[in-house]
Amino acid sequence: MLLIKCPWCGERDETEFSYGGEAGISRPKDPFALNDAEWADYLFMRSNPRGAHRELWNHAQGCRRWFEAERDTMTYKIASTKELS
Amino acid sequence: MKEYSAFSLLRNAISYNRNWQKAWRCPEPKPKYDVVIVGGGGHGLATAYYLAKEHGVRNIAVLEKGWIGGGNTGRNTTIVRSNYLWTESSLLYEKSLKLWEGLSQDLNYNVMFSQRGVYNLGHSLQDMRDIERRVNANRLNGIDAEVVDTEQIRKAIPLINTSANARYPILGASLQRRGGVARHDAIAWGFARAADAYGVDIIQQCEVTGLNRDGGRITGLETTRGNIQADKVGVVVAGNASVLASMAELRLPIESHPLQAFVSEPLKPVLDAVVMSNAVHGYISQSDKGDLVIGAGIDSYNGYGQRGSFHTIEHALQAIIELFPSFSRVRMLRMWGGTVDICPDACPIISKTPVHGLYVNCGWGTGGFKATPGSGWVFAHTIAQDRPHDLNAAFNLDRFTTGALVDEHGAAAVAH
Repeated sequence: MLLIKCPWCGERDETEFSYGGEAGISRPKDPFALNDAEWADYLFMRSNPRGAHRELWNHAQGCRRWFEAERDTMTYKIASTKELS
Repeated sequence: MKEYSAFSLLRNAISYNRNWQKAWRCPEPKPKYDVVIVGGGGHGLATAYYLAKEHGVRNIAVLEKGWIGGGNTGRNTTIVRSNYLWTESSLLYEKSLKLWEGLSQDLNYNVMFSQRGVYNLGHSLQDMRDIERRVNANRLNGIDAEVVDTEQIRKAIPLINTSANARYPILGASLQRRGGVARHDAIAWGFARAADAYGVDIIQQCEVTGLNRDGGRITGLETTRGNIQADKVGVVVAGNASVLASMAELRLPIESHPLQAFVSEPLKPVLDAVVMSNAVHGYISQSDKGDLVIGAGIDSYNGYGQRGSFHTIEHALQAIIELFPSFSRVRMLRMWGGTVDICPDACPIISKTPVHGLYVNCGWGTGGFKATPGSGWVFAHTIAQDRPHDLNAAFNLDRFTTGALVDEHGAAAVAH
């Protein structure tokens, strides 16, 4: 069970949160400029590293706000959490 | 390879079992192979076996960073079935099921395949409509499937709670009688022994650290036991697929998640079928040893740690106790986790890649065990012929660019 530090509410149990996947993937600013391969990369391809991973979490059962965490996918240790920039 | 038989049992019993031949060799890696398979799980060993048997390739190595069958092959809940909705996946899994049916004879190794029937429960009218649709789709594809009602379920599985007052009442189920369970270790050992007999080098404790390329073509691998040249490389590493692909600068639509399972203390026989439920998300069978084998869903976050969170286990057990109230007094014996490679459409990728001579077989997610022989069979064809077989043509990497996904999420019999 993870203990996750919400930037607003502090440390809470994992069951209060929902996971939002890899962070830093932003919707294309000009959707018509993308070809199929670039769309595939945006929609489906993920870095899925073994080690440090930037990811999104939502404090669904708390303040209901999204934030970013850096977590190690081998040890599951959360190095830091921060508000979305 | 000396054949296993009643005679060999007798002969070795007389000599106090001191003269059994080793099931496979432990060779040093050669400097060059025609084909190198990365990953010594069931799928990788099956690939090597069918490459040798069906395609006459002889100079093959299987590289395994740990020990064979020590990853997901040895960590799953051993359920085998082929009742998928879409034609592409049902034909692939049915090919696999047909191979399972002759596998013990083919490998001269008892894989303990037990066709005890797989029930997929329906708990609502919509569940039952989906079940009828899937059963009809299966029958049109020549796969055995039937719809059973609550009374038939109660007779076949007396311990299940068929009360109309249950939180999720059981309204019926699909039943695939040819489905069942098999012995997970035996499939790794059986394929390893049979592949070794064809001269396949199975090299354990050998981790791949780099993929060497020259002008868009694979030339070999860097490993913890030295460099190995190879004409073709097949990557079958489940949860570590993205890590291997990144060595060739490829990106995959895969995310690795923890998946947990557990077994209870051994009981006398109480459950002689496989029971799965999509709505309450639990699946359960009883092993030959007597323990209840229970699988959970995946943990939500990415993880390579081969362990997950406790609330995921709790959720799965709540579902099991909902179905089988009498199991609330059963004590759990062991729990463990594996790392599964989840694909956006819940279907595998068995494909060539943009790198010439590099092939990937991944994305089986939580449902790869049942596919072990079929996956190896089509992947061997893909590598040997440098083109996919008809059965895996739809499961190429390009589908994420073209949009021709095979959407089995929710269409399969259980969220897998």
